[in-house]
Amino acid sequence: MNRILLFLNRFIRLYYDGFRDMPNWGRKIWIIIIIKLFIMFAILKIFFFHDFLKSKYDNDKQRSEYVRDQLINSHATHD
Amino acid sequence: MIDNFDMSLVDWSRAQFALTAIYHWIFVPLTLGLSFILAIMESIYVKTGNEEWKRITRFWMTLFGINFAIGVATGIILEFEFGTNWSNYSWFVGDIFGAPLAVEGILAFFLESTFVAVMFFGWNKVSKKFHLTSTWLVAVGANLSALWILVANAWMQHPVGMIFNPETARNEMVNFWAVIFNQVAIDKFLHTISSGFLLASMFVVSISSWFLIRRREMYMAKRSMLIAGIFGFLSSVLVAYTGDSSARTISQVQQVKFASMEALYEGKTNAGLVAFGLLKDTDRKIGNKTVKDFLVKIEIPSLLSVLTGGDKDAYVPGLKDHIDGNVERKIMATPEKMERGKYAQGVLQIYNRARMTGDKEQIESIKGIFKDKDFQTNYFRYFGYASVQKPEEVIPNVSITFYSFHLMVMLGFIFLLIFAMALYFLFRDEIADKRWFLWIVLFSLPLPYIASELGWILTEVGRQPWIIQDLMHVSGAVSQIKTGSVITTFILFSVLFTGLLISEISIMLKQIKTGPRH
Repeated sequence: MNRILLFLNRFIRLYYDGFRDMPNWGRKIWIIIIIKLFIMFAILKIFFFHDFLKSKYDNDKQRSEYVRDQLINSHATHD
Repeated sequence: MIDNFDMSLVDWSRAQFALTAIYHWIFVPLTLGLSFILAIMESIYVKTGNEEWKRITRFWMTLFGINFAIGVATGIILEFEFGTNWSNYSWFVGDIFGAPLAVEGILAFFLESTFVAVMFFGWNKVSKKFHLTSTWLVAVGANLSALWILVANAWMQHPVGMIFNPETARNEMVNFWAVIFNQVAIDKFLHTISSGFLLASMFVVSISSWFLIRRREMYMAKRSMLIAGIFGFLSSVLVAYTGDSSARTISQVQQVKFASMEALYEGKTNAGLVAFGLLKDTDRKIGNKTVKDFLVKIEIPSLLSVLTGGDKDAYVPGLKDHIDGNVERKIMATPEKMERGKYAQGVLQIYNRARMTGDKEQIESIKGIFKDKDFQTNYFRYFGYASVQKPEEVIPNVSITFYSFHLMVMLGFIFLLIFAMALYFLFRDEIADKRWFLWIVLFSLPLPYIASELGWILTEVGRQPWIIQDLMHVSGAVSQIKTGSVITTFILFSVLFTGLLISEISIMLKQIKTGPRH
């Protein structure tokens, strides 16, 4: 038990010290990562990237029917 | 219903996916290769105890960290697009994509995120050996996580190991090992990771050249160049070998792509390999597509026949063989494939009607047809052809396919030469005085990135008009969303990724100028 606690303590310290002693470029990188993830998950995913089939149909049966219909009626007009 | 389909939606969706994939791929190969270079450098440090090697390793680790952090999660946007823009495709591929991507997610999370932290934060806090093990595990983990997405992509080039279930309208994996050991997947994995090794080696050699030009950190630059030069030279040989193997596989499973790569319209024996060529339009047409011819070309006689068929008398089919068919060579004409695809589509239509009328006997009978080997091999494998209206549609853009292939190969040989020359000058201890060479190497830094992107352009453009080879036409794969929203996100992605790239380059340049810390 003590050994597990000791390991956990060392593990947490590793992260704590790592972030505390991070050089300037590291801090900049973390700011970029946070901004990037915010744009991706809080803006793009929520406002622009709804799952098309999930948002349009309630269950997998309906989704299957829709896609099957698309497959049956698909023919392109591309040259 | 997509009878009156808005092609601009398909084109914009493709452009958006291409943009995000191309940007994502700027970050990935450096991670794949540099992680191994770091592991090698750190191994030398642990073995020799020489603190200079620790300093060298930590310098390159800083650049690795910048690239890793900026690039991490950029691939998730591609998954957003699958659900939003390519919903029919995402549904149709079913668990074939889901399973490998889930494995990738778990591996990436546990292996990379845990050991990357030890790699960066663990210096002087964990034992040397544990730190070294973490660095190696990051390298192995990064490359293994690439395996799964490449397996999924390989399935799109050569779909195997699945059965289509008409009830769910999804493909279900019936043979996991066939999907994993798909020859395209093996070739693709080895070729992609070795090209990542090559790119990272060029990165290290180029930046080391800058230090040598500035006559700074000479010891570090020479040692780094030596490691990267050897690693890059070996990787270049592996890239050439796996590239050759990939091309042979394409000549078997994606014959139209292969003929386009060589701009080969008329099939022939004694087919020569085009080493260099420039294309021009001719007055001739296949349907409404203009036939290309060579303005100039340098050809190695019979080599294409030898490479693909084992001897010079081997017949290499041309694009016309695939469109018109060739009975003598047992090549099925595209109109015949279109008929077979329509037949398979018709069976699915009967299934749909049976479901509406509640005809259980008919439903079960058709489910059996989809499980039948003969139906799968002779009809369902051409399912995508039901969406083709004119046979010539199945020819991809020959110019893009031809040039991306030949430029990539040409660059590959240039890299081999650069690594060989770097090693030659290093062993003669003349590298610092060969300033012309150092400048060339420095300005060659973008070239492996271009070569790597060209490889993906060849892979994806050469597969058109299919999103899944022969099974699903790209126009049938897109979601029925407004083109305007795709254009909006295209612009947003352009801004986001360009911002990330500028950040990466500026932070990296600053760290390079600062140099390794004492």
